[in-house]
Amino acid sequence: MIPVSWYLVLTLFLFAIGAFGFIARRNVIIMLMCIEIMLNAVNVTLVALGRGLAHTTAHVLVFFIIAVAAAEAAIGLALVVLLFKKTREIHMDEFRTLKG
Amino acid sequence: MKYVVWIPLLPLIAATITLLFGRWYIRRQAHWLPCIAVFTSFLISLKALFDVIGGARANFDLYSWVIADTFKVGVGFQVDPLSVMMLAMVTCLSFLIHVYSIGYMEDDPGYYRFFAYISLFTFSMLMLVSANNFLQLFFGWEAVGLCSYLLIGFWYQKKSAADAAKKAFIVNRFGDFGFALGVFLVFVTFGTIYYEPVFARVHEIAHATVNLFGHDILLPTLIAVLLFCGAMGKSAQFPLHVWLPDAMEGPTPVSALIHAATMVTAGVFMVSRCHEIFELSNVAMAVVAAAGTFTCFMAATIAPTQFDIKRVIAYSTLSQLGYMFMACGVGAFAAGMFHLFTHAYFKALLFLGAGSVMHAMHHAPDPTDMRYMGGLKKYMPITFITFFIASLSISGVPGLAGFFSKDEILWSAFASAYPWGKIVWLVGTLVAGLTAFYSFRVVFMTFYGEFRGREVLHGHEPHESPKVMTIPLMILAVGAVVTGWIGIPHVLGGENHFAKFMEPVLGHPHFHLPHGWEEKEALLELLLMAVSTAMGLLGIYVAYLVYIKRPELQRLVPERWPTLYRYLYRKWYWDEIYHALIVRPTFFTARAIVQGVLDSIFIEGVVNGVPDMIRRGGETLRRVQNGVVHTYALIMATGAAVILLLIYLF
Repeated sequence: MIPVSWYLVLTLFLFAIGAFGFIARRNVIIMLMCIEIMLNAVNVTLVALGRGLAHTTAHVLVFFIIAVAAAEAAIGLALVVLLFKKTREIHMDEFRTLKG
Repeated sequence: MKYVVWIPLLPLIAATITLLFGRWYIRRQAHWLPCIAVFTSFLISLKALFDVIGGARANFDLYSWVIADTFKVGVGFQVDPLSVMMLAMVTCLSFLIHVYSIGYMEDDPGYYRFFAYISLFTFSMLMLVSANNFLQLFFGWEAVGLCSYLLIGFWYQKKSAADAAKKAFIVNRFGDFGFALGVFLVFVTFGTIYYEPVFARVHEIAHATVNLFGHDILLPTLIAVLLFCGAMGKSAQFPLHVWLPDAMEGPTPVSALIHAATMVTAGVFMVSRCHEIFELSNVAMAVVAAAGTFTCFMAATIAPTQFDIKRVIAYSTLSQLGYMFMACGVGAFAAGMFHLFTHAYFKALLFLGAGSVMHAMHHAPDPTDMRYMGGLKKYMPITFITFFIASLSISGVPGLAGFFSKDEILWSAFASAYPWGKIVWLVGTLVAGLTAFYSFRVVFMTFYGEFRGREVLHGHEPHESPKVMTIPLMILAVGAVVTGWIGIPHVLGGENHFAKFMEPVLGHPHFHLPHGWEEKEALLELLLMAVSTAMGLLGIYVAYLVYIKRPELQRLVPERWPTLYRYLYRKWYWDEIYHALIVRPTFFTARAIVQGVLDSIFIEGVVNGVPDMIRRGGETLRRVQNGVVHTYALIMATGAAVILLLIYLF
């Protein structure tokens, strides 16, 4: 059996890739995908730990996260579509209207 | 006897309604409600008076006012001879003054306000005298002060009136400070501030001492002197007397109300109410007697030099209040209260009479200046006769009210067991002559001789006041004669009902006659009576001589002793002394602190510093808010990393 720590190392890398992508990439769609990667990294952590520690709560939590992530993706993509229609722009660093 | 609650309550209701609806709805009809309310209060007071004469007593709490741990005070009423006498007198005089004001204040734009205030004033005084504990006394005490401020400054557009109102209020603060300390001390000592338990247990502390600044002081002395501070303020005794002559700036009915029935009598009433405490301390009694005697004499010397008719009467009030405290200071509290009672009638009459004269002179630029009066007898006969009766009464002419009460005081002082009794008597007798002199100086200058005000009146003739003003004068004139008859001393075949009525509350003075006279007490009393009457008649004769027979004598004192005359004319320079010693240093310090330190450093610092800080902070923080999502994400990630690191490390 694969030890839990391996999963943890995997999710660490996954999460780091997601976080790095979110910070470094400018394309909104890619940023959304990075969020998905981070969420799924967490999901894998939860499943691995839930399995390793024989804890079912973690599994339940994963389902919640998947549901929330689906909703988030739907709303996020809808926002992106609207934003694109309005500004013909998809690069996140061009949106600075909230500058203080 | 719960119905006594209505006595103060009715004027309060009338005052509230008049104040709320007077300006727009009641307007010219504003006098009805207060007059009816006070008159009903008067009737209820009379019923209470007869019930108390019939032996009824009451002491009850209406409701709990303050409950804090062991400190419990209610709004309560104590009905006994002392309070019921005051209730009847205050409501009676207040009613007459209300009626008089209908005529006097006609055409005043603040008509409704005036009636609301004097009703409130009456309410305050009634609360003060009917209290059964010190806190309610203090409530009435302060409420009376507030109303006096409102009424003295009634014509607030006039600077002198506004100043006089402030002066009355601030000078009274000095006294009230002492009074409040006295009440605190009573509470600390007895654990309660209800009269009954305090006075019942007062003998327990007869020899207790407190250490004050390294000196052992008798506890009763300290309490009594502190309480007396309040009395000095309210009853305008030296050194807190300066507010009262200036209080003349208010409308004349207010002067009558303040000087006769309410406010100034509060001090004498309070001292009499607490006489159990005062009697325990010889020092306190000496202080009371000294303040009374000195004020009595000082005011009587100032009065003859003044030309303002109201001011003369104001100084005569000071002097008469001095008499009352002289009586208290020799243990003759009933005599003091008796003088308070009779004085209320003739002094109200004098003031209302003066008001009637001013009403006649109101076209003159200064309607109170007696130098422009004279000969008014034939223009205003009713005012003249009533004023004359009041002057006879205050001069102590036998048979009238002032005679009985003044002689009661002088006799009590002379026969008193206190060592200072004789001095008090001597000054009192001397002042009796002065009183008669300045009172009749007013009568002669105002009503006799030729009318001197033709040119200042610009063709207007002086005229008698309307009936609504003269009828109260006539009723008061009856009072100024007959009120003394309830206290006719035994030597004149009377029963001295008043002293007997008061005895359960006020006790009786301790006499110690001079050696060899113990058997001939009646003879001695008659002798003293003759002396003081002679002094009074002499005073009247001198006034007649100087102001009618040989007017050239008027210039004698100002020309022969100009320094003395100026000293008296400027009222012993008390105002100037206080101005230099207290007012100016206070102003200077206040200005230095407020403008130099508080305002420029503290207030300005806070007022300008707070927005400055917020603006600068905002400017710094907004740089973070650059609108780029990546930066936010980076900051979030860094923050999360730092927190995780911290959790891991610690």
